[in-house]
Amino acid sequence: MIPFWNAIALIATVGICTFLTRSAPFALFGGKREIPGWVKYLGNILPPAIISTLVIYCLKDVRFAVFPFGAAEILSVLAVVVLHVWKRNILLSMAGGTVLYMVLIHTVFA
Amino acid sequence: MKKDRQTIAFAFKKSLPVMVGYLFLGSAFGIMLFQAGYNFIWAFFISIFVYAGSMQFMLVSFLSAGTAIPTAAAVTLFVNSRHMFYGLSFIEKFKSMGKRFFYMIHSLTDETYTVFCGMKCPKNTDEKKVYFYVALFNHCYWILGGIIGSLMGQYIPFDFKGVDFSMTALFTVMLVEQWIQFKTHIPAIVGALSAALFLLILGPDAFLLPSLMTTVLVMLAFRKPLEETTRKGAKQ
Repeated sequence: MIPFWNAIALIATVGICTFLTRSAPFALFGGKREIPGWVKYLGNILPPAIISTLVIYCLKDVRFAVFPFGAAEILSVLAVVVLHVWKRNILLSMAGGTVLYMVLIHTVFA
Repeated sequence: MKKDRQTIAFAFKKSLPVMVGYLFLGSAFGIMLFQAGYNFIWAFFISIFVYAGSMQFMLVSFLSAGTAIPTAAAVTLFVNSRHMFYGLSFIEKFKSMGKRFFYMIHSLTDETYTVFCGMKCPKNTDEKKVYFYVALFNHCYWILGGIIGSLMGQYIPFDFKGVDFSMTALFTVMLVEQWIQFKTHIPAIVGALSAALFLLILGPDAFLLPSLMTTVLVMLAFRKPLEETTRKGAKQ
């Protein structure tokens, strides 16, 4: 194991750098001055774009080119979408998709 | 008093979609950290002060390898660069939250951001406090998960493989919500296409930042038409 203070320094580094990335927009546009129009616009328009990016980000390590071609992930994501459009119940949609995914990877695609 | 209770109850309800995923992923982190030779006290403090899913897993390998500080800093800035875009939607809101301002920034994870994006607070709740409590509850699940993992990791008999899909499910559900509520579907489509395209070109480790930057540029390029569509009776 590395020395105690070395470990502390590493943890502090990762913590501080993470905070820096999260605080960037506040440092740039959070001062006394009025927020520029284009920043406000981005704040309004970006959420759906970022969330759809995050869905892809979650699936980034799925290997769609080899068997089973990401079938478990695709089917489970579809199940979440269908359940949610149908019932509009967040917890139900999430639970349904997750349980289906677990069943699939432990049985069909095990 | 009654309003406070309704505020906390509403915030708790909004944090529930994150609970299972954070308890599970937090535990996975705790187990990994324990195996690297660091007990629950380390898990506790790391989960409080770092509070970043994928980066905490990388931190475990930094600790095992004794990675140099500048390298650790560069990797963290790169991996977490996506977070730069999250605060853009909450500049005014967090600024108005007084002494909670810094905590709101610290706790703005992928999942908390996603919950915030889909949140509409009812009149009988205190909106600023709802935001604070959602962030706090999510943070608590994460910390608790880390402690559980490092204390009991070796004794969990059930095969939990696949529970982490609940995070994918969370983002998918929130995307459907945005799709239904948002006047235009162009941002969601551009985000997904850009991510898929850069994933194909650059691979899983490097695609995220170029993809988000491209999305932002496309959004800025089409500001006029997009602003006109969203203004037509949109709530967002």
